[in-house]
Order: sequence, then structure tokens, then C-alpha cells
Amino acid sequence: MGNLSYYAAAGFFRVACRLTGFGLARRIVRIRMNGPRCRREGCNGQACHWLANMAMEVTATSGDKIRCDACPVMCYIKPGAAGACDRYANHDGQLVRVDPHIVLERTVEHGGRVVPFQAGGDWDGKIVNQPDVFVTAIGAGTTYPDYKPAPFIVSSEVDGIDMVTVVTEGIFSYCGVKVKIDTDRHLGPETATVRAQGEAVGHVTTGEYGSQMLSLGGVHHLTGGSKKEGRVTCDTLMDLSNCKPVELTIDGGATVIVQAGRPPVVNGTAEERMRVGCGSATIGMFAKQWHGKVDEVVVVDDHITGVLSEHQAGKLLDIADTGIKMKGRRSTPGRYFQVAEPGTGWGGTNISDPLSVLGPFNAKEARPGLTMLMVSTTGEHAGYYVLDEALRPIEAEMPRDLRLSVERIQENCEPALCTVLFMGGAGGSLRAGVTDNPVRLTRSVKDALTRVTSGGAPVYVWPGGGITFMVDVTLMPAGAFGYVPTPALVAPIEFTMKLSDYAALGGHMDYIRPLSSLRDSAELRPMPYTPGRRA
Amino acid sequence: MSRRPQIALLADGKRLHLQDGPIDLIVEAGGREADVLMAYEAATRRFSGLLDELCAELAELRKPANPERTALKGIVARRMHAAVAPFTADCFITPMAAVAGSVAEEILGAMLAAALLDRAYVNNGGDIALHLSGCEQFTIGLMDRPDARGVMRTMTVDAGDSVRGIATSGRHGRSFSLGIADAVTVLARTASRADAAATIIANAVDLPGHTAILRVPANELQPDNDLGDRLVTRDVGALTEHEIEEALEAGRRRAQQLLAAGLIEGAALRLLGETIAVGAREIAAPHPLHKAPIEYAIHA
Repeated sequence: MGNLSYYAAAGFFRVACRLTGFGLARRIVRIRMNGPRCRREGCNGQACHWLANMAMEVTATSGDKIRCDACPVMCYIKPGAAGACDRYANHDGQLVRVDPHIVLERTVEHGGRVVPFQAGGDWDGKIVNQPDVFVTAIGAGTTYPDYKPAPFIVSSEVDGIDMVTVVTEGIFSYCGVKVKIDTDRHLGPETATVRAQGEAVGHVTTGEYGSQMLSLGGVHHLTGGSKKEGRVTCDTLMDLSNCKPVELTIDGGATVIVQAGRPPVVNGTAEERMRVGCGSATIGMFAKQWHGKVDEVVVVDDHITGVLSEHQAGKLLDIADTGIKMKGRRSTPGRYFQVAEPGTGWGGTNISDPLSVLGPFNAKEARPGLTMLMVSTTGEHAGYYVLDEALRPIEAEMPRDLRLSVERIQENCEPALCTVLFMGGAGGSLRAGVTDNPVRLTRSVKDALTRVTSGGAPVYVWPGGGITFMVDVTLMPAGAFGYVPTPALVAPIEFTMKLSDYAALGGHMDYIRPLSSLRDSAELRPMPYTPGRRA
Repeated sequence: MSRRPQIALLADGKRLHLQDGPIDLIVEAGGREADVLMAYEAATRRFSGLLDELCAELAELRKPANPERTALKGIVARRMHAAVAPFTADCFITPMAAVAGSVAEEILGAMLAAALLDRAYVNNGGDIALHLSGCEQFTIGLMDRPDARGVMRTMTVDAGDSVRGIATSGRHGRSFSLGIADAVTVLARTASRADAAATIIANAVDLPGHTAILRVPANELQPDNDLGDRLVTRDVGALTEHEIEEALEAGRRRAQQLLAAGLIEGAALRLLGETIAVGAREIAAPHPLHKAPIEYAIHA
């Protein structure tokens, strides 16, 4: 050997573990239980098999601290924190092993083999014997460019078929996130630049049903702009993908805090509900419930405002004309476009006074005493009006029946959320880590012989060339994403196929390790439970 | 107590892994096979019981060091004290700031006393003691950020250099930092000195009173931490380029003092994507490898 290269491991091994003892695990190969026990929403971790197995005797101390007696340092450990070794942590009052062992080893030999961990120690290995375990790529490491075999090529028996999981972490320069923000509020014009920390990281794309889409990242922001733009884009993508909150500012629009699986916060206000439908659809859904209780209903919506008396649903119920005069452009009877400017007021418009979308009532049809309900598409805003002698609508207290119908609209609105899909392309060099004839892997994926997963989560693979996939980041284990200073994101990707298929596509057969070998070296770690995640 | 140190060769059959409680060492020796074997046996012997030795004086080791005298008895404990003594006059520091480097140095010393080696290293979680002879050299990689992967730069240490210790400190570390540096890597004549100096310089990279920096009393995080109720850095928000420069400049001044006093041989300071080097030669120049991935990555 010539020069022996190793990394000044720096704090790498000493990764700030205290408050994130369970969060830093992305460098550690974990066994993911695909069974219902841990994937179930609301699993609090305590019922998990592994925790029960790993719980140790602890010395009772005052308060919620525990005293670790694993070594003579005898650390006091606070809940959620780890001891001086970063190996034992206080999880809800129980001393558990967190095992960041491989971090150091990975540091010492990038992408190298892993440290055997106390064979015969307190890990009983039971989980590994369950047939539904899945080895994720998180922490598997990779080399760049990926000309070497992927760090772990693991085989396991599934239903008598010799299965192979090629586990690697891909470095994705071609990657980004698609963000769906459930809101009616106007976030910004289509194609407007989306910024994080002042840097352009993406743009506003299409408005979809009850939500606004953002497209962030991509190779141009990662590598095409300034050094800072690339770094901020990389941080933004990583934080969003790791389900952390990120503040985004849209040119000519709103400031929104986006966090996967959480409601968006638009200009400081948390969005609660997603619209029940457009204004016209709302009329259709509730026309019967309003019939006989009110003369006119207007559902204010930036996209399609609905008017009960003119709408097809009202006609079917023989609701009489009311002489109402809407602003905006009439599309079909009872459906109006552009009644106001887009904004963050009623129904995604810029108005705070709903009467501003009305012209004067027509005296031929209107009469004093006529009643009118105005409501937004989420039921968040509502007002009740009675026409006076001059046919002007005057706000009055809303009758109970109508209040209930507004509450019904609210009830039918689903909670507003942000969803983040990571999208990346497994290009030439990553595939080479899996097989020496990369295109065969692509074909194998297209032919559905090879299943692609990311951190154990199902992915959608785009038709067409390459292996471009999308994955819901909330289905992935905590802290699944990392970065390299290129800048590019590091994301786990697994290819699972029959052993025979793997051989046929030119797999690195010499590097295959049986699953049991992973267990013996105990480089396994149960999936941590992170509140708010569905994984 | 069921504790026993873990002693094993790594899967490559060449490197020795020693672990006991918070101590985690990767050891590699180069030389004749018989010498390497003897060196590893010596390392293993010295390692057994080392943690107990330290823990026996843990309370004293967690107290601020008095530069004049010490009640410490253990050889490693006294080395820790000696490493921090030069800094006690103008700042708070306990011998614990040099524990990792001092342990690495002790194990390396035991190996060299037992066998003739061409070269060797003991890496204690990033705090590294080196041995070099003849024309041997080590290539050292610097991390971009300790909580993420990626080698920023590499540098070479050869037998002709005075450097025999390398250590890194920063706010992402297992130990707390009073400063905001992501990583400060120090080259020094010994690992224990490098360890103490890295702590001191990382503490100096700071913007006192800046509102974007979240600081928390150390004992709120770790009840028995040696820093007591001193504020340690938990998070650093957005800083302007000018502020980054200002914080790094503060660190640079401290590093230059230590360089002038002969306490370190060089240092690389890193904060929010910016790196500056003090003293040491090659650290400043990015390794050619650093550039390559960018070009390749575009075609990934």
C-alpha cells in the first residue's frame, strides 16, 4: 500500500447525539421492520419488540434523568439524550443502545466494511430472524464515482427464493423535491421564483385541486448558480426531505413554512383545512341542505365562485332568482371566474369583505327581506345578510341551521398538509455499483423484475429512460438524507431482485453477503420512532 | 457489571479496534509482521483497565486545571493536565478537553515501547496520535462538516514534519463547544496538545451576543458535564458572509497566538462552508480530488 488515506474523523464520530440520539442514525445500517408493528401509525416505540429486548436495568434517580451503568463513567442521561459514549441513550426513561459504532468505521474507511459489534452481547438478533425484515441503504455508504461494488449486497431468503438487496446510498446531483401545499391562499404567481435564505431554490408550478405545487432543487439550482445558491439549495432539499421545517419566500407572493406531513404556515398563519371543493362544487354538495333555509348562497372562491340560485343544482331545486349581480367573468350559469384578485383572504381571494364581489341587486327580482349566506370554500369565513328596503345586504346574525351547514363544510375539509416527494435519478455511475452492465439494471426495473425502494419506502419509477423515481419522504426513516459538498444529496436506494436475476444482469456476485452476516456483526439498528412520521 | 472492553481486528484483518465505554480507538501499525503483532498486544494490554484508571479521578479531571500543581496521579490524567495547563491563565478549561488525544497518545506510546514500527496511528474518534519514521507519510482527509460526509481537503504528514498529533473540535462534536465553528482541525507535536488546542481555537471562533446563535447551559444537556452552567452552542442560524469572516478571524487570531507560542503546528478552521488555514502548509490548497466529483456529479 502506498499512502494510507484516512479521514481526520473530527466530530464525525462525535456527532451531536444528545438531543438527536435517535435522529442521527442515517449512518447506521438499520433493519426496517416491514411488519405492521412498527409501521403502524401511533406506535409509541414502547410496545416495540426491540425496545423491550434492549431495555436494561437502570439505577433509579431523581427526576427523569437516568444513570447509565454500562461503564465506569456512569453518565447521568436526560430523556432524549445520549451518554458520553453516544451509545446508550435515555428513551422515555429506559436506557437503550443507540450504537453509532459504524459512524467511526465509515469515517475511517469510506464505504468500507463495518465494525463487528460485541458478538454475543446484549443484542439477541431476534428481529433479523423475522422473514419480513428489510435492509435499508441508509448509512450503507457509497463511493464516488460509483465504480466500486455497492458497500452492502445482502442476500436473504424470502419465501424460499434467494433474494438479493443491493443496498447503496446514491449521490444525487439530479434531484429535487416536489412540494404540494394544501391551501387556497395565493402563494405566488406561476413560475415565480421560490427562495430560501434569499437564494433561488426553485419555482412555483401548477395550482392543483386545493393545493399549490412547488418544484424545488434540480441540477440548475444545485450546480448551475453561485456557490451559495448550490449550498442553500442542498440544505433546503435535505431539510425538507428529512421532514424538517423550511421557510420559503415566493417572489411577489407569500412566505410559507413547509414541513412534510404538517400544515403549511402562510404569512405566519397556520393553514387548517383544505377546501371541500371549488365554489361551484360546494354549491352542488350542499344545495339540498340549504334549500328552504336561505334564499341565496354565494361560495366565494378565487377559482370558481358558485351562486346557488343560478347554479344547475339550484335550478333543479326550483330555487327562485334573487336578482344577485356577481362581479367577475361568468363561465356557465352560477359559476364565476375572477371575482377578485388572488390573495390570502376569503377562499383564496384578496378580499376581506365578501360584499365587494357583488354588484347592486336587480330590483326586478330582489325583494326586501331576502336572505343570503356567503361562505368560503373551507367554511373558514362566512356571513349572513338580509336585504333592506333599499335592497342593500345588511349583515345579520346567522340562523343556527345555516351555522351548522358552515360547520359541515369545515368538517368535510380535510386537514391541510404539506407533502414532499423526493425525486432523483439513479444514473449511470450509481447503477454500476450494483452491476457491471448498468443498463441491464434499468431494464430489469422496467420489466418489474427488480423492485426499487428508498429507505425501505415504496417509490414511483417514472416510465421512460433511466431510473428516475419519486418517494414520499414521510415514509422514510428519520434522517435518511445526507449531503456531500459537491453539492448533491445522498439518499438511500435499494434494488431487490431474485438472486438468479441478479446474476443474469451482471451483479457483483462475489460481494454478496448473507443477511446473517450482517446480524453477526450487529450493524443493525431498529427503526427509530419519530413522532409525526408514518414510517 | 458486565462490562468488558471490546478488542477485535476489523474485517480487513489489519486494523485493531478497541472500545470501552466512550473510548473508541482504531489502531493500525505498519512494520514487520512480528512487530505489528507485538504492538497490538501491547496496545491491548495498556487499554485494559485504562477507562477505570481515568474514572477513578473523574471528579478531579472535571475541575478547572490549576497550572501550578495538580492532585492527579494517573499518567494519562497528568498528560491531560499538562496539555491544558498553557491555556488556564486566560480561559476556563478542564483536563477533560484533552482526554481523547491523551488516551490515543498513551496507546501509541505503549505500542512503540514494545515494538519497532515504521509507522502507526491511534485514532480516538478523530483525535489521532501518529508515529512516522524513514520516508513514511500519512494522507489526512479533512471533513466538510462532522455531521455529514464529504472530504474537503487532504494533506500529507511525513516523517520529516514535527506533526505527531491531529485533533478536531467543533460544535457538532460529541463534546460541547463554547464557539460556533463547524470544525477546527489542529496539527500539533502530540495528540494531547492538538486536542486541547482544537478546543481552545474552536471556542474562539465566535460572535458573542449574536442573536442567531442558540446557546444552552451545558448542564441542562448533560447534568454532569465539566462545563457546568456555561453556555454551549446548540445551533447557529443564518450569518452574513461578513459575520462568518469576523468569527473565523477571531479564531485565526487565537490560532496564530498558539502557533507563535509553539503550541501548535497548524490549524484549519471551518464555519458555514468557509475554511481558513493557519500555519500549516498544504491544508490551504484543496486536493485535486476535491474538484473531480463536481464534474462527475453532473453526470451522475
